[in-house]
Amino acid sequence: MIEIGTVLNEHVFSIDRALLKAYADASGDQNLIHQNEEFALSVGLPNVIAHGMLTMALVGKYISDWAGDPANVNEFSARFIKPVIVPAHESVDLTVNATVVEINGDRIKVEITATSAGVKVLGMAKAVVTK
Amino acid sequence: MINPDSVGRTFEGADLITVTQSEIDSFATVIGETKTSVAPPTFSIRISLSQYESILTQPEVGVDWTRLVHGDQKFEIYRPIVAGDTFTCSATIETLRVAAGNEIITVRSDLHNGSELVVSSWSTLVVRG
Repeated sequence: MIEIGTVLNEHVFSIDRALLKAYADASGDQNLIHQNEEFALSVGLPNVIAHGMLTMALVGKYISDWAGDPANVNEFSARFIKPVIVPAHESVDLTVNATVVEINGDRIKVEITATSAGVKVLGMAKAVVTK
Repeated sequence: MINPDSVGRTFEGADLITVTQSEIDSFATVIGETKTSVAPPTFSIRISLSQYESILTQPEVGVDWTRLVHGDQKFEIYRPIVAGDTFTCSATIETLRVAAGNEIITVRSDLHNGSELVVSSWSTLVVRG
């Protein structure tokens, strides 16, 4: 039974440099801040960072799973408030949680939280699904 | 500097973009999605960002692509994207403001398959000063 306040199961994704390269190739976003540590440091970043849109794509997978199919996701939005920092030869977490906040017929709105290394990386993250 | 006269204007992307199953499969593989009869919900960013790059860096708009940071993103998906969809992509500059030396624009991208509007998305892009 889904009602306002229903909490979705937490899911933890792993992000490493290989995933960043795979996302760069699949999305066409080859910005070096997501691939080259020397370049990322030269523009003042703490290390290589994940594409904000990779974070959002993974959260999209989480929402698609709950909705039963990617076709059931109608709206999806998020603000990129902190980068997901991805050191070489390491996997970092993307930990995702969500809560049902609105139900309109078969349309369900959830609010989402996403953290990496304990830091909130998305703000105002919401999705509307048909379920 | 971004040309303030570009605010409120809609620019039509020059390209006609056909979505292939292999593009959907590649994107899905990265996020671990095995249901690939439709594209994942954020797939359209692949099209919008490349069209934004060619539209917004024109001198009459004046975005410096090398100084760009993605601030936020919203999708309204009217129906899922499938392989074989052929899109035109427009970019409408909805707002421009300057804060702390950064130029911040909100751009709406509409993906049309023929006359059918399939996805609208909004991107806040920050050009670091």
